Amino acid sequence: MHSCDLLSCVPAPVDCSGLPPRSPTRPLQMDAMPPLVALRNVTKRYTRGKQQVEVLHGVDLDIRQGEFLALMGPSGSGKTTLLNLIAGLDQPTSGEVSVAGQRIDSLSRASLAAWRARHIGFIFQFYNLLPVLTAAANVEVPLLLTNLTRTQRRERVATALRLVGLSERATHKPNELSGGQQQRVAIARAIVADPTLLVCDEPTGDLDRVSAEDIMQLLKAFSQHQGKTIVMVTHDPKAASYASRELHLDKGQLVDAPA
Amino acid sequence: MSHLGLIRAGLWRKPARTLYTMASIIVAFLLFGLLQGINQGFGSALASVDIDRLYVSARSNMTDGLPIAQLERIRAVPGVRSVSLWAYFGAYYQDARQPIPAFATDIEPLFDVYRDMEVKPEYLQAMARTRTGALISEALAREYGWKVGDRIMLGTSIWTDKNGSSSWAFDIVGTFDSSAYGAGFPGFYFNYSYFDEARAFGTGNVHYYIVAVNDPTRGEQVGRDIDALFANSSDETRTQTESALAQMQLKQLGDINFIVNAIVGAVLFTLLFLTANTMMQSVRERTSELAVLKTLGFSDTRVLVLVLMEALVLCVLAGAIGMALAVVAFEGGMLRQLFGNFSMPPTVIFMGAALALILALVSGLAPAWRASRLNIVDALAGR
Repeated sequence: MHSCDLLSCVPAPVDCSGLPPRSPTRPLQMDAMPPLVALRNVTKRYTRGKQQVEVLHGVDLDIRQGEFLALMGPSGSGKTTLLNLIAGLDQPTSGEVSVAGQRIDSLSRASLAAWRARHIGFIFQFYNLLPVLTAAANVEVPLLLTNLTRTQRRERVATALRLVGLSERATHKPNELSGGQQQRVAIARAIVADPTLLVCDEPTGDLDRVSAEDIMQLLKAFSQHQGKTIVMVTHDPKAASYASRELHLDKGQLVDAPA
Repeated sequence: MSHLGLIRAGLWRKPARTLYTMASIIVAFLLFGLLQGINQGFGSALASVDIDRLYVSARSNMTDGLPIAQLERIRAVPGVRSVSLWAYFGAYYQDARQPIPAFATDIEPLFDVYRDMEVKPEYLQAMARTRTGALISEALAREYGWKVGDRIMLGTSIWTDKNGSSSWAFDIVGTFDSSAYGAGFPGFYFNYSYFDEARAFGTGNVHYYIVAVNDPTRGEQVGRDIDALFANSSDETRTQTESALAQMQLKQLGDINFIVNAIVGAVLFTLLFLTANTMMQSVRERTSELAVLKTLGFSDTRVLVLVLMEALVLCVLAGAIGMALAVVAFEGGMLRQLFGNFSMPPTVIFMGAALALILALVSGLAPAWRASRLNIVDALAGR
């Protein structure tokens, strides 16, 4: 079962009281460690009508544990496709995708679903909360796939909502929350099961500047103080500036940052 | 929150649509419960009718009548306990559109043949004393506001008296309770002697002899003996058990079973499309939400079961309400007044439960399958 480490090590002003103590984290030896995410010669082709469109052309990419990676590039460059492959939402046409030492490019649909539940926290541009459920219930959804008891689930949900500063809004439904608040609920949902990797697709794309900065601060806190690995697709250079590394995609290939 | 919460959330995403669909299912199952209940009720009523009663009519046609002289010969057949008679009067009150189920009869034996009819002895004595007397059922008395002592005029579309009048005067001398035999049981009896003396034609004829036998297991044998007694005579008889007669009369009304099944079948078939359409719409509208669930790690099978469970909850809940309303309608008196003293047979409730399950599975399977096969990337991209 997942530990509660992620939820126990976020700096003030986030209140982490009441959480189980986290075991001391050793300093990250970045170069000595194998990459958390490794893509080797990954190609992705889609069939659109009668045409085959190659979206990614032999991409090689390593992402280290604890990195906060921003993937940038123009529309249609393959950013989201690459993100989907890393998150196990899609599978490559050829090449290898490994996450935490496990090849996920050849997993069955069922195994991939179970793998996502264990390893991936996903944050969408448009929050994608279930409209009929309260904020707390939305956050609890991923925990339905665990063996946690109802009480344990409630505790985790309360902690996750506290971490994103929404304890007071637990019983509110998405339509009673602002865009920024909804995205915070989505972040709480993404972190509540303590995933290996946080995957964000334009997390600030639908937010005003102030809300966007709040969200990026929150993600940065998770990355810096927890050592959580985050892969984020964004168009926004301001959002990308919070990341520890930027990569640019153009026409399905990783390129040097444009001048 | 639990998986049940997700199912509830799916159903209540569009409350109005869910409620309308539920209302349709409730009405359909109410209809199913009522029609099948009545159908089965008829069946069980037929199965439980007294088999110690036989009905003797003219072999050629009931309307041809039988001579009253046969009465004593039938009484003498071994195994016969009691015999009464019915002569059909074809009565109406004030207007031909208000038919009255009136029969001329031999009143004392009638109550011996139908032992579950309850009447006060003084009313029977009054009938014996009053040539134009009539005994009416309590239900009929309530319906027309008649009471003991009233003189009423009944018209008849068949019989005229010796003065050429088709209006006949009767004095109500008492009431009886025939609720044990259901609302279809004739509720107006008058003296055969008065009728036979006064009518202008058909004198000395009756339409039915009603025979009670000593040993119900020998009912059919007694019937054969009666028919044998008059075989090859000018007045051959046909003797039927009560259940055979009831079935024959029901056949004349049409094949109730077929009609009921046809109606219920059509309703449920329509309902199937309605529910399937609702579920399909619901899944289409929630494409991105279902994709999010899959993103979070819900497997294809789990999503399939979730959507199927939504259909199941919808159909079973609404079906249960519909069937409960049908049971209430049965117990509530209205149907008892119409069809007598029977409750909804448990078989119908089991049939309803099975139908709700089948409806849920058939209507939910296609949308559930569609949801389970959803491609996350396409669904999130709105393709």
